[in-house]
Amino acid sequence: MGLLLEALQEAWRLLVTGDGDVYSITLRTGAITGISTALSALVGLPVGLALALARFPGQRWLVALANAGTGMPPVVAGLFVSILLWRSGPFGALHLIYTPTAMVLAQFLIAMPVIAAVTAGAVMALPPSLHLQIRAMGAGTVEYLWLVAREARLPLLVALMAGFGSVISEVGASMMVGGNLSGETRVLTTAAVLEVSRGRMGTAMALGIILLTLVLAIAFALTIVQQRSQRR
Amino acid sequence: MRLRSLIVSFAVFPALLVAACASAPQAAPSATPAAAAATPSPTATAVKSSGKELILATTTSTQDSGLLDVLVPLYEKQTGDKVKVIAVGSGAALDLGRKGNADVLLVHSPAAEEAYMKEGAGINRTRVMYNDFVIVGPAADPAKIKGTKDAAAAMKAIAAAKAPFYGRGDNSGTQAAELALWKGAGLDVPKGQAWYHETGQGMGPTLTVAVEKDGYTLSDRATWLSNADKTKQPVLVEGDKALFNVYHVIPVNPAKFPSVNKTGAEQFRAFMVSKDALAVISTFGKEKYGQALFYPYTE
Repeated sequence: MGLLLEALQEAWRLLVTGDGDVYSITLRTGAITGISTALSALVGLPVGLALALARFPGQRWLVALANAGTGMPPVVAGLFVSILLWRSGPFGALHLIYTPTAMVLAQFLIAMPVIAAVTAGAVMALPPSLHLQIRAMGAGTVEYLWLVAREARLPLLVALMAGFGSVISEVGASMMVGGNLSGETRVLTTAAVLEVSRGRMGTAMALGIILLTLVLAIAFALTIVQQRSQRR
Repeated sequence: MRLRSLIVSFAVFPALLVAACASAPQAAPSATPAAAAATPSPTATAVKSSGKELILATTTSTQDSGLLDVLVPLYEKQTGDKVKVIAVGSGAALDLGRKGNADVLLVHSPAAEEAYMKEGAGINRTRVMYNDFVIVGPAADPAKIKGTKDAAAAMKAIAAAKAPFYGRGDNSGTQAAELALWKGAGLDVPKGQAWYHETGQGMGPTLTVAVEKDGYTLSDRATWLSNADKTKQPVLVEGDKALFNVYHVIPVNPAKFPSVNKTGAEQFRAFMVSKDALAVISTFGKEKYGQALFYPYTE
């Protein structure tokens, strides 16, 4: 109990004094995760739509693959991206290893399948009569996709939250491809791990509390958007 | 839904993605693509800067002690180079060097380093500093090793008492030292025995596990000084020659790996044995812990 209390005090102190680069680390965490979630949504949403709506041989296997991708171990994603971006790897000349861009890439590999799979599930759950209705109204392809997405917007927000959640909390891939460099690639999760390895449990817990607060704030905001669309 | 519609949904959004990625690599060599991070821009003493980033692969003990938090910014200020400190175990650091994925190494695993040099993967291996390992354990000391001057005898006593021992198990320099101690005691590594555990983690977490489980462990003094609860996890054995812990800096061989920053690596090697660096090393930790965590040990 003493440790938790100490952690709460330390969290408050860190936030109030802005000590230990907490502000820049928190902003960086939000930026990297925000960008990777946005990119994952940009690709994952249409992929999910296509998986749910298109008819082609092997569709079921692709859907299964997307579902399996939700279980992508972050460490594996990190290792994969590292192997690609290391100097000894095919893209070594780009000098992307140990940069925030590499972290965005690894997080994309983790979040994109999550968003795609949840989107596909959400769209597949729509009543079949809906598709006939939209087509009967004479909608073109793009308009059709847009209307379907709009109908499924509540579970699609869940897809976004799931994608965001899967990467804001991960540490294995961020550590591997980012290197936890102070002032450059250190985020809340990797900073917490460093504090644990230095035996500073109070500070580590404090960073965890700040991370939870960040996640709560974003989830709260997304939920308000979700509930507002529902009440219409 | 027809094939044409499939292509439509696949074409537009990935195109946006590619556009986003095309602009990102330009931001990569410096700080973050988002304006959020507060990165200090290196003072451009352009005369000495090698112009490229320098990847320093080092051990968790040098990172966790906080020494590099002082040395690296000093180097960056003097040269204008940007150093990326990747702290993994000595074994993993040597492995990064072996594949040319780092520019310079700062490690403490002499036997593995010598094998590394034999492979031709490094050049100009230079001695920098030393400290010592200590065997720490529960204050109750069930194996009765407190005050033993002979480290090998202490390990024998721990094995005989089947007292819980927590090893690193992570291919680090500290693990190499521990394995050498078992060998010196004439014992096989006790892997698989019920009282012997491997945490697979760095020194800090290993000390934490050991103190929670009332076990013995081998630690470098610097991490013990900066991490451990001295009353719960006192030093029981110290001073044996076998507990000597020496650090070397090794630039990665540019002949073998043309992509390494060879001017930067050589510059860093020279810096580590320069007057300024040795002054920092000899005083680091004195104020906080009452003794220096590392001692200069140049050739």
